[in-house]
Amino acid sequence: MTGAIAGTTAIDGLAAVQASRRKDIGLMPALRGAHKGGSMELTATTTIRKPASEVYAFWRDLENLPRFMTHLEEVRATGERTSHWTAGAPFGKNVGWDAEILEEVPGERIAWRSTGNADVPNAGNVRLQPAPDGVGTEIHVVLVYDIPGGTIGKAVARYFGEEPHQQLDDDLRRLKQVLETGEVVRSDGAPWGKRARKEFPQRPAQPLSDDELAKGADA
Amino acid sequence: MRANTWAGRNKVEVRDVPDPKILNNRDAIVRITSTAICGSDLHLVNGYVPTMQDGDVMGHEFMGEVIEVGSGIDPGRLRVGDRVVVPFPIACGACAACAAELYSCCENSNPNAGIAEKMFGHPVAGIFGYSHLTGGFAGGQAQYARVPFADVGPLKIESDLSDEQVLFLSDILPTGYMGAEMCDIQPSDVVAVWGAGPVGQFAMDSARVLGAAKVIAIDKEPYRLEMAEQAGHTPVNFDEVDVRSTLLELTGGRGPDKCIDAVGLEATHGSAHIAAYDHLKQAVRSETDRPHALRQAILSCRSGGVVSVIGVYGGLLDKFPAGAWMNRSLTLRTGQCHVQRYMKPLLQRIERGEIDPTRIITHTLPLDDAEHGFDIFKNKQDNCEKVVLKP
Repeated sequence: MTGAIAGTTAIDGLAAVQASRRKDIGLMPALRGAHKGGSMELTATTTIRKPASEVYAFWRDLENLPRFMTHLEEVRATGERTSHWTAGAPFGKNVGWDAEILEEVPGERIAWRSTGNADVPNAGNVRLQPAPDGVGTEIHVVLVYDIPGGTIGKAVARYFGEEPHQQLDDDLRRLKQVLETGEVVRSDGAPWGKRARKEFPQRPAQPLSDDELAKGADA
Repeated sequence: MRANTWAGRNKVEVRDVPDPKILNNRDAIVRITSTAICGSDLHLVNGYVPTMQDGDVMGHEFMGEVIEVGSGIDPGRLRVGDRVVVPFPIACGACAACAAELYSCCENSNPNAGIAEKMFGHPVAGIFGYSHLTGGFAGGQAQYARVPFADVGPLKIESDLSDEQVLFLSDILPTGYMGAEMCDIQPSDVVAVWGAGPVGQFAMDSARVLGAAKVIAIDKEPYRLEMAEQAGHTPVNFDEVDVRSTLLELTGGRGPDKCIDAVGLEATHGSAHIAAYDHLKQAVRSETDRPHALRQAILSCRSGGVVSVIGVYGGLLDKFPAGAWMNRSLTLRTGQCHVQRYMKPLLQRIERGEIDPTRIITHTLPLDDAEHGFDIFKNKQDNCEKVVLKP
């Protein structure tokens, strides 16, 4: 598949170069025809008022990622540098892949990629650097997805929608909330934390009923 | 519980809604003893703030008794039974903005930050009962409210001051005070305040407390001007006199040293054709804000003076007098109030009797009469200046 080859190339390129340049991706041509597959690179950055060592340790424990990344249900460490990732509902159920850490420099950088026959081949890296205020840490994230054809590809394309980078921006906002305040912030209009993806219309800004609370995000 | 809700443009409705519950560890639930209608609530009701939804609980000025706290609240900071005033901006206390005491710019308290960012370039804090752009938080015109980051914002009231004496620490007193503080007032200063509504009245009182030589109140409602005059300020009725020439007369031709816009995006105007122009542009959405007070403040201010904006603006405006601003070395300062910064010092000023917040209250109504309260406040009937609601 052409898409798969292009994606693999992008992921290899990412792993090899490890360059996290800012790139205006917009609506990738690959996404428009996502049913045919294609690769997509997302970048986002934020500043977190915590030392780099703390931000690094939180991310390096990959099992933390589902706390703020919408498309992940679970990440389980399977070895020193290997892990198994299970996607959440946005990517479709029963989508998963193994991953390996390619590079880790404490307090500075982590890079990983999916391995084997992944449903959605992907790679990513995180680069940390001290903010000029001497207190916070700038975090720069790059994710590359090789979007497959078929049902999964459609689900992934639908998840990223017309503003794919918005998802990663929101993921980083939640990471900042977790690290700075302890958890993802909820409101009555958006009560489900990282699963409060549907922006408008939200539920009204009035308290939840017991039923709504019991049903949770899928209600 | 009973709660006053937004029910579409120009319509509020007191309805039965579920009681609030703890959603985050640092939440508290407050049983509300007093709440108020704010001038900025009128912008929501009049339909000028986007992202309101049918059923949204309104209100961001409230106080009451803590009846439940989340597991993350340090009992040394807040506990059940505490009597608290709740500031309208929701602030985490941990981000860079909070560390700089810019609480209304909190980087973590708005779950809809992505939407706010599209509109404002960078996100703003969550606010109670103030659209989904500021988070979609249920407000305080209700019997109960959920208060996030309750270990940061709420001010404990441990003296026997009445609700009426401290309620306005939630918004309008600090907002008026910040408007005056941003003016960097000197003893020789003449300070002109556009808008003699509740925030304007407190901006005037604050300007006096901060040492201004003279404070001028500009409005067109005789009862509001009279209220300002009774508090010792100089009234100017823009329906009766030309504001520019009157300000020149009152300042020996210099113009006010400091000007405060306590009006915001729905300004009315003595000049019918300019008012019609702004109304039309706003109606067809080619201008979101009617900025007449701001234009006049900039044109009136003496060279090198400060124009301080605490009236609410939501989007874009036309005919901004950039030439006057630039060529005459004016300083423009503004911000949604960083209420948490001012609550304690202003509580002390109330305790010392330097400021009497109760002087603006004209109506106290049961919560169920909120619709009537909005009506008389919006239409300036029955000499309505400030409505306090009792749940």
